[in-house]
Amino acid sequence: MTRFVTRRLFSAILLLFATSVVVFGIFEVIPSYNPARAIAGRNATATTVAQVSEKFGFDKPIYVQYGNTMKLIFTGQVIDYSDNLNVVDQFSQRFPVTLSLVVPAAVLWMLAAIVLGSLSALRAGGLLDRGLMVAAIVGVSIPVFLLAAVLLYAFAFRLTWFPNTGYSPLASNPAQWAYHLVLPWVAIAALSIGFYSRVLRSNALDVINQDFVRTARAKGLSRRQVFVRHVLRSSLMPIVTLFGLDFATLLGGAALVTETVFNLPGIGQYEATAIGNLDVPPIMVGAMFTAFFVVLFSALSDVVYALLDPRIRLNG
Amino acid sequence: MALDSEDRGAAGIVVSAAPGGLLAEGRHPPAIGPWRLAERRLRRNKVALVFLALFVVLVALCLLAPVYSSYIAHIGPNTNNITGTVDVGGQQQNVVSLSGVPIGPTWGSHYLLGADTNGRDLAVRLLYGGRTSLLIGAIATLIIMVLGTLVGLIAGYFRGVADFILRPLMELIWSFPVVILGVALGTALALGGIGPVKGNSVYIPAFIIGVVYIPYLGKPIRGEVLRLRHQDFIDAARVQGMGPWRIMFSEILPNIASTIIVFVPLVLAYSILLEAYLSFLGAGVQAPNASWGTLISDGLPYIQTTPTYSLIPGAMLVLTVLSVNVVGDGVRDALDPRAQVRVRT
Repeated sequence: MTRFVTRRLFSAILLLFATSVVVFGIFEVIPSYNPARAIAGRNATATTVAQVSEKFGFDKPIYVQYGNTMKLIFTGQVIDYSDNLNVVDQFSQRFPVTLSLVVPAAVLWMLAAIVLGSLSALRAGGLLDRGLMVAAIVGVSIPVFLLAAVLLYAFAFRLTWFPNTGYSPLASNPAQWAYHLVLPWVAIAALSIGFYSRVLRSNALDVINQDFVRTARAKGLSRRQVFVRHVLRSSLMPIVTLFGLDFATLLGGAALVTETVFNLPGIGQYEATAIGNLDVPPIMVGAMFTAFFVVLFSALSDVVYALLDPRIRLNG
Repeated sequence: MALDSEDRGAAGIVVSAAPGGLLAEGRHPPAIGPWRLAERRLRRNKVALVFLALFVVLVALCLLAPVYSSYIAHIGPNTNNITGTVDVGGQQQNVVSLSGVPIGPTWGSHYLLGADTNGRDLAVRLLYGGRTSLLIGAIATLIIMVLGTLVGLIAGYFRGVADFILRPLMELIWSFPVVILGVALGTALALGGIGPVKGNSVYIPAFIIGVVYIPYLGKPIRGEVLRLRHQDFIDAARVQGMGPWRIMFSEILPNIASTIIVFVPLVLAYSILLEAYLSFLGAGVQAPNASWGTLISDGLPYIQTTPTYSLIPGAMLVLTVLSVNVVGDGVRDALDPRAQVRVRT
């Protein structure tokens, strides 16, 4: 177990380091990109640009700039170039919005996928099974921002069942919070349900023919008990890995298109704005933030693996 | 189902293609090759054929964009016409109203789907945008196929130093959220361009998508090569004195050909989708060029009044990606009914 944790920790640090270097590098090696000019504004004189360049340290060698930026990030003092806001503050203020968007959406799609996937495995070839196959392939063919736009048009503007955009904090009014977030939740969850339940279904069908399932049945467990305790348990494993990664990238800001369409002030929206302004610090913090969650959740999914399947030990 | 890190990539490709060799030796004349068998299975798959036809129609429509532009709409894709008027049901109307709102669909030959804020014809831009989206998807797919196969072959066959360098590189690209990496590259390159290529060239998004998706093919190919490299026929080739490159291309490549072919439609679908994502975020196709992604994005402010602005390019995009995916599914089933290849963003 200690070895497992050390290895995970080591690869986590390595990945975070590599991520920050790559993002920094991308913006650094681009020819004719001058952040000082971006900060100084369109009509700045050469002297102003030079002053800004000196103030932010853009005239120093790359590795010094990298070191400075990293120091600022870890002391929580890094400031974005376009609005002079503290990036770490922005992330911590906006994170609850992203959590409110991503967590319920994830619960929704996992629950739906488990229920639908199990049902379609139990009646393979049935109507639900074929329907889910279509849903899966359609789901991977639609970009989430398009579904978001369609939902916005149909349910917010045409039918006016839901508010069109905006966010209402959970603490002030839970009902309003949910009311504002229903469409974004559906937009994120809908596209994944088909795919996830297909994966669950094909794994359940693989497992159902294995010896331990027959043994469980032979020792007198009911069909329901066998399915829930044995079949479902081991066919959840591939889903857990998939889910860990999807959830991690969504938390790290991959929900940026959804947040943009629905005008939700989460970290994804902040990243999207930063991308538009070529504002390096938020993009860098965002990428590292995502990498952190990716590492965290891939480690967690390994632990869940071990819990689900006693044959797997964490020594490897 | 065994799931180890070799088979299963972080972003969700699962490959466990069964080896070829469907041919049973015996007395069943006449022998049919595996490719012919696959072709027959594909021909029998009516759904896949219908979607293949749909894809061909969509591509043909986009390729005919210049014809539509010069003979029907009489306006170029990037021609501004802010002060112009258009005949709608016998009345002259402003293409862009005095308050700056573009006209909606006229359903006539001019401004069939309406105009944008610059008075450009949206129907013409839809077709030209489709050409751009398809072109970017095709170039990116080509890059991924060539480089992904090469990287997979080299890392899997030479192992050692090559693998030590290439594998972590692929892992790094892989564990990066594709959209964020693509967007960072896209914005940076759109500003600076690469060497002689200008920042607003459509080759830049194609190049970015190509680079970002290399591991999607490279990782499974590497796994396949690792599995093949210790088989007897490879040893036999080596004993005969074949060099490593010759073994890779004349012995291993034919054996992984079906895996590569299975990936072509999947990678094409994902490239077109990623282009739409990047363009939607402003990091893909740059003005004045259009793509389906930029059109959807441009139309969002008008979603309440003119929903066709966003939704028609959206429908074209979804139909294209869907038809590629369905055909891809059919190709996969045809080449190897037991294979399980799943790809997603």
